[in-house]
Amino acid sequence: MPGSLFRLFGVAGLLLFGAPHALAADPNDPWPGLVQDIFNNRPINDGSDVIAIEMPARAEDAAIVPVTLRTKLSASDSRQVLSITLVIDQNPAPMAAKFQLGPDAKVSEISTRVRVNNYTDVHAVAELSDGKLYMTKTYVKASGGCSAPAAKNADEAKGRLGQMRYRQFGKAGEGPASGAREAQIMIGHPNNSGLQMDQVTQLYVPAFFVNELRLWQDDSLVLTMEGGISVSEDPNIRFTYVSNGAKNFRVEAKDTEGHVFQREWKIDDSGI
Amino acid sequence: MARAALILTALAMLATATASRAQQQELPVNSIADGIFAYNGQTAQMTRENDGAIANVGFIVGEDAVAVIDTGGSVREGRQLMAAIRARTGKPIRYVINTHAHPDHGFGNGAFVQDGTTFIGHANLPRALAERGQFYLDAFRRAMGDQLIDEIRIVPPTLLVNGTLNLDLGRRSLVLRAWPAAHSDCDLTVLDEKSGTLFAGDLVFLAHTPVLDGSIRGWLRALDELGALPAQRVVPGHGPVSGWPAALADERRYLQMLAADVRGLIARGKPIAAAGTAAGSERSRWELFDDFNTRNATAAFSEIEWE
Repeated sequence: MPGSLFRLFGVAGLLLFGAPHALAADPNDPWPGLVQDIFNNRPINDGSDVIAIEMPARAEDAAIVPVTLRTKLSASDSRQVLSITLVIDQNPAPMAAKFQLGPDAKVSEISTRVRVNNYTDVHAVAELSDGKLYMTKTYVKASGGCSAPAAKNADEAKGRLGQMRYRQFGKAGEGPASGAREAQIMIGHPNNSGLQMDQVTQLYVPAFFVNELRLWQDDSLVLTMEGGISVSEDPNIRFTYVSNGAKNFRVEAKDTEGHVFQREWKIDDSGI
Repeated sequence: MARAALILTALAMLATATASRAQQQELPVNSIADGIFAYNGQTAQMTRENDGAIANVGFIVGEDAVAVIDTGGSVREGRQLMAAIRARTGKPIRYVINTHAHPDHGFGNGAFVQDGTTFIGHANLPRALAERGQFYLDAFRRAMGDQLIDEIRIVPPTLLVNGTLNLDLGRRSLVLRAWPAAHSDCDLTVLDEKSGTLFAGDLVFLAHTPVLDGSIRGWLRALDELGALPAQRVVPGHGPVSGWPAALADERRYLQMLAADVRGLIARGKPIAAAGTAAGSERSRWELFDDFNTRNATAAFSEIEWE
């Protein structure tokens, strides 16, 4: 991953995190700065007809906030969605994930889970095959009570490192006729934020997270995710795609310590 | 001039009296057994108005020394707890025991930092505080305000418990026990053997919707062992002091219902965004249900889907 992206995904947040007062006192919207950092100040068009983002109005569990991204292009639209970038403006590392959609899989919906540290805008920016960016957004209130965007059971999270699960779902109203199917991939990983200070050394523990995931049906790419520390522990991606008749799903994930996790499953034709 | 001096003197006396009254303001603790006192926190979220005093806190007095169990949701509450102790005994506070990492139980630690006082917690507590402490300070500033938050310090324990630890307060033995992940991943209980009083921290909730921040399966597993502890009464983390082990019945029923409903949702292929419907039948039985149930269901879903 290029250095600048790594910074955005994982480490830039330390600066913000260390200065919460400045953050709270600053009335300026961080979005223009994020457009500069993440999208090189490219013009961003209204995407309300192109893409939808669904999140609860309030983060219930700060460490596990469901988010669904859905493409809205009509079947007759000649444009394709190439990628969707998810930005949680007020998080320590705002750029949560970038999904690139395989050219032939017709991925129409992606659901995952993210951490939400604060009251924040959440932006979804789609890049289309017309070369333009389209944005939509929602607003999420931080969770109340003692919920924190941290591990609940840190030992178990470590113990699950590298485990992977695959599941196929039946989807109401869609089936073999349209070819649209729904599946889920889970990867056991602590996805540590690196924002905690070691009590003895007074140094920040290095961030440790899945930064790259690729998924194929046979040899055809379905989607990829570049992820950061805003993606919840045990990254979970549930997606709707069109089957090409492939026999197998194949996943490869990499983390910031250089682990490579690979699995292949025979595609479950029935779903549940 | 003499009159002005008199007024000034009178004002000074008034100020002193006010200050000492403020210093002496005590947390209204109840005597629940010989030498055991507890404050029943209000069932609410932590706010500026309630000083964060929403959890149960207490202290145990032995022949030689005092042990404090949780310090409350602000240094202000901690000072009031200190005043309540000092109104009842002059014995040294040798131990402050934190039952877990949550701010309503430990934000008051700063009021007890002094020579001769040792802070005790679960072996996982320092890690939890390192991961969450700064986040809690930032997050609760919104609800509690600068005045309460500015003076709070995260005070990690220096005496850590793995398994069990016995403390002697002088003719009074306390058994501390560190639990596997349940309500949180750093739950610690304190059993006073003399009176049969169990300080359970947030392993036990009554009235207040239980809050899941550790492992639902671990919590359910812990309940049987917890219920077998030789206690007559429990000071739960939230809710009234109650008879033991009957006090566990409501919480067990809720957690079982939550786990069963979440398993059903997962089996039917529902997404985690739909988790909040779980345990809906429990809604009328608990306070703050809408504040916590969807959160609990979300956490339970993300755990149970790995079964």
